[in-house]
Parts: sequence; structure tokens; C-alpha cells
Amino acid sequence: MAAIEMKNIVKQYGDGFPAVNDVSIDVEDGEFLILVGPSGCGKSTLLRMIVGLEDITDGDMVIGGKKVNDLAPRDRNLSMVFQNYALYPHLTVYENIAFPLRLAGKPDSEVDEKVRAASKTLELDEHLERKPGNLSGGQRQRVAMGRAIVRDAEAFLFDEPLSNLDAKLRGQMRTEISRLQKRLGITTVYVTHDQTEAMTLGDRVAVLKRGVLQQHATPRELYENPCNLFVAGFIGSPPMNFLPATVKGNQVELPFGTVTIPEDKAAKAQGKGLLIAGIRPDHFEDANVVDSDKVTDEATFKATVDVVEWLGNEAYAYIPFEAPPEVEKQLQQLERDLDGESLRTQLVVSLDGASRIAEGDEATIWVDARKIHLFDPATGENLTMDAEHAGIVPGGNAMAKAEEVGEQQDAVQPGSDQATT
Amino acid sequence: MKTKTTIGTWIGFILIMLWCLFPVAWILSLSFKSEGETATGSPQFLPKDPTLDNYSAILDNGDFTRALVNSFGIAIIATALSVIFATLAAYAIARLEFKGKRLVLSLALAIAMFPVVSLVGPLFDMWSTFGLFNTWPGLIIPYMSFTLPLAIWTLSAFFREIPWEMEQAAQVDGATSWQAFRKVIVPLAAPGVFTAAILTFFFAWNEFVLAISLTSTTASRTVPAQMSFFVGPDPFNPPYAQLATASVIVTLPVIVIVLLFQRKIVAGLTSGAVKG
Repeated sequence: MAAIEMKNIVKQYGDGFPAVNDVSIDVEDGEFLILVGPSGCGKSTLLRMIVGLEDITDGDMVIGGKKVNDLAPRDRNLSMVFQNYALYPHLTVYENIAFPLRLAGKPDSEVDEKVRAASKTLELDEHLERKPGNLSGGQRQRVAMGRAIVRDAEAFLFDEPLSNLDAKLRGQMRTEISRLQKRLGITTVYVTHDQTEAMTLGDRVAVLKRGVLQQHATPRELYENPCNLFVAGFIGSPPMNFLPATVKGNQVELPFGTVTIPEDKAAKAQGKGLLIAGIRPDHFEDANVVDSDKVTDEATFKATVDVVEWLGNEAYAYIPFEAPPEVEKQLQQLERDLDGESLRTQLVVSLDGASRIAEGDEATIWVDARKIHLFDPATGENLTMDAEHAGIVPGGNAMAKAEEVGEQQDAVQPGSDQATT
Repeated sequence: MKTKTTIGTWIGFILIMLWCLFPVAWILSLSFKSEGETATGSPQFLPKDPTLDNYSAILDNGDFTRALVNSFGIAIIATALSVIFATLAAYAIARLEFKGKRLVLSLALAIAMFPVVSLVGPLFDMWSTFGLFNTWPGLIIPYMSFTLPLAIWTLSAFFREIPWEMEQAAQVDGATSWQAFRKVIVPLAAPGVFTAAILTFFFAWNEFVLAISLTSTTASRTVPAQMSFFVGPDPFNPPYAQLATASVIVTLPVIVIVLLFQRKIVAGLTSGAVKG
């Protein structure tokens, strides 16, 4: 087991494509780190640089206190689970798991003992003599994990290991990976584009965009204190709502009405003109189901609900609004960066399951004004971020830097943001 | 309607089988006939009096058995070398990006397009000078050069099918590049390797023009060439029965090899390597 330190890692491909740009991330011994971002953000490239399948253009990769930039993958003693598992189809499950041990020249008795132990952990005992071709997706996934844990590796690396499984299995395997990692206490780096996996699995999460580190913090910090528009929009499901806003004193003017925000937040956003307010769907509520002492005129607004999706425990209400053109452009760009495509600007409100608001109703919505974030539309920076609880935010403007890199990337490979990982 | 097409398929199938296999059956039947029976004016299909005399006679013929040994030796060595070189070359072509890759591939194809006959003259002169005339290497080298292109093309197609990740996984698991190649890539390309091996072996086993031109004695003459010397005492009455027997014997290994390797040439061996 070892800590992994990435110091100013740069990856530039032969054609000049800047895939990873000056990324510094420390993974502590035993920590579960998630690398997350939309497709083409360089997260897989970064992982492959840790394991040694990709050359490092610049910067230092230090594993367990040793610089490994020039070591071959086999000399780094890391184990990796590939997106498509990469099992050896000509070998049985047993031999697949035993493969790293056999390469290391371990005696048969030790191989057998370790393979049996791994197969027991992963409940593969009855499949040991089968070939990978005869296994289901979840079983293959477990074999790939068996091959990773059988060896006393310095760290585990996962490259989108669950993306080929169906939704139910994905949830189960997610819990399984988390349990396994906690039990073995081994340093883990996990690449995913799924923000649920990122939130649930990681001790800390590093959000990347266009090969530029945006924020490196615990899931809670990312959720509560995103450093910029990109992180705010990427973390959380359904995503954060972005509304045009103007701050006057401690009053924030939103398309639906005016709400009062705490003094300290308001102070940070004074005199900046038109801003973007970010409010998570769960920070809204149907005023009728909120405790009456919380409901004040300053914190409620009336709006016509367009569509309601009732899920039992909660309901999502959609409220369309018009955004001024200068904000709309920024919002559309953001949407594209997040792999999405919005047809209209709308507010998503998460309501309690008990709420009786129906489609077409004019509803009274309460908003938790303390949780509102205000972003600078020009730079995307979060003006109201609580820096003490935001983990590591790289200096300079990460979002603007990513934008810059994006232009360079497009110059080399047009449409590169659509590239698959 | 369905039965109609089934019947049609079978009729067509049987017609084609008759067309292809009748000469083979005729040779087989000839090989069991006595010398006298083959010389009669209107022979019947089945031997009147089946005999194994032809087989014992031909296996006692020192020239023939010597040629058989030559054939086996030359074909096996040419196949082994050709497959080894082709595997390494095809791997490089499939995996590495280097300048002149297309050139190598098209040159390889160009070599295969040369008619063998056009090279007999120059080869004869060269081999006489180098002292390779009438030796095993004298045949092995041209056989290799004629079969390598096809083997390289076949194998590089197989290698391209194998996901890169297999190899990367092996490297992460602690394998050197060579170990990854030998323990993961080659077993996965096995169907391709066997296909290439069989094609090469057949070429070397059946080849006649070079075998007759570049040899002068049974020191290196192969069976197809040796058979052309089975003329018997009477030029107007060749020993048909013995020729047929030699043909049967020379065909047997080919059939055995196909049957043996048929199991190995299982397509879809790589299924299950990646998500299914």
C-alpha cells in the first residue's frame, strides 16, 4: 500500500493534443479517490499514466515515495480493473485470477491459497473452472476484481468498471467495491463519469474538465461548496438550477421574485451586476408542506408548474423561465460541457412526496435562501464559496483555463469533447 | 416450401460432392487394383480382385519413402519457420505504428503475386552458385518466401481483432512485453496461427514446379516431384495403379492434418474477452 502523488502532470499527445494539463493530486495511503468528469476530460488518460500504460509528458508521478515516471507497468506493482474487464478468454477463471501470481513465479501452493481466498471473498468458488466467455457481466466483473486483489498491489486502479453493467447490478457492485476497499484498506483510484458513483464511493473526488483539475474535495464539500459553475452543474442529480440574478443589498432578484440571502453571502456579491444564482432542486419546497414558521414572504415565490414527475418519496416539478441573452449563452455552453443539451431554460424543483401540486397549478414555492450560491457569469467562479469547506481549489481560474485548453484541443481534433473515454 | 428448399439443397450438395469426389474415389479404387486389371481395355469402377500389392510395393520402393521423408521434413520446417516469422511480423504490423507499414504489406502481397514459374530460372542459377541446389534449404527458403505474405496477412487480421487491453492487462499484471505476447496474444491468435500453418504446409507439400527444378536426386526430391519419375518400363503403359497408390499415400497426411486442426480452428475463441 502506498500514497500516490501526482505533481503537475501533463500529457500531450504526439499531434499536440493537450489531454491532461498541469494536474496535481495527492492520494493518501488507503484513500479512495475518484476521478470524475464528462467524457474527454482526461480522467482515463490520467489513470493510465498512474499505471504506466501512457507516457508522462511532464511532471512527476510518485508512488510510495518513489518516482515512477520511467518504470514499466509491471515494475509499479499496481493492479487495475479495465472498463471491459480484459479477462483472458483462453484461461479459466482460476487461471485468470492466478495469472499475476504465476508471472511472479509463486509456488503452486501459495497460488492456490491466494486464489481460493480471493474467490471466496468475491463468491466465485463455483465458477473457478469456467471460462470467462460463459460468465455473466457481473461475474466477469468479479473475476476482474479477483485478479486485482489476489496480488499485494500498492494500489487499485479502476477504469469505469461498472459502466457495462445494468443499473441494478451497478448499484450492487458499487456497494461491493466500497465494502472491499474498506476491508482491504488499500489506496484506490477510480475513474467514472457517473456522479452517483463519485459521490457514494469516494473519500475524495477530483473533478476534471478538459484535462484541467477543477476541484479536489470530499463529496460533501463538492456538493455544498462547488468552486465554479462547472462543478456545481456536474455534481448532484438532478443538477443544480442556474438562474439569472441581481443582488441589491441582501436581496436577490430572481426571475420569479426576490429572496433575502444572508448578509455575508450578499457582501461577497455586491456590485457585480448580473450574476448566475445556483440553487439545488432540493433547496426548494412546496410552501404548503414546509413548517409554517419557516415560510416568510422573503423566501417564497409563486410560479406556474409546467410538468410534475411524482416518484413516491419525492416529486420533481418543472418551471420554465426566460433567461436574459447574456446569461443564456453561458448556460448553454455549460450544458454542452456537461454532456447535455437543454432545450429550454427551466427550473427543476424537488418537492416532498406529500406535496399536492399538480401540473398547471400556480404553486407557492419556498426556497432555502441560505443555500443559494452566486456565480460570476464571466468567469464561472462561485462568489459565495466557503473556502474553508471547499477542499482543494486550484489557483487561477480553473474553468477559464479549461476553456482555453478546450480551444487548443479543438484546434488539433475538432469535436474532441465528444470523444469517448 | 421449406422441405422443397431442403431437398434442393441436398440435391445440389450431392451433385457437387460427386463432381469433386469422383476422381478421388477413382484413384482410391485404382490403388487396390492389380497391375493387369488397370491395363484392360474397359476397366470397371470397383476392383474385381482387391489387392494391397501396390501399397507394399510402393512402401518398399526406397526412392518413394526417401521422397516422403523429404516432403515431411521440408514442409514441416518451412511451415514452422514461416509461421514463426509471420507471427512476429504480423504482430508488429498490427500493433506498431511505423513508417512504411503499408509498403511492407503491399510488398509482401506483390511477392505472392509473382508466378512461381518465372522465378525458377533465376533461382536455379542462384542455388547452383550458392550450393543450395538439390538441398533441403534450397526448397525451404523459396517455400517460406511464397507462403509468408499470406501468413502475415492472415495473422495480422487476427491480431487486430485482439483487444489492446488484453495485453495492457497482462503488463499491469506483471508481464514483460514478451510474456504478454507469448501467454496472452499468441494463445488468442491460435486459430490464426493454425490457419496460417495449414496453408503453408499444404503449399509446401503440394508444390511441384520448384521441387522438380531445384532437385536432382532423392537427397531432397519431394513426393510430387518423385511421382513424375514413376514411368515404369513401358512409356506407353505407365503403372497407373502404383501412381494412384502414391497419390493416396501423399493425400493421407493432408486429410489427417485437416481433421486434427479442425478442432483448433475454432472461431470466436476471443468471445468473452471483453463485454459480451
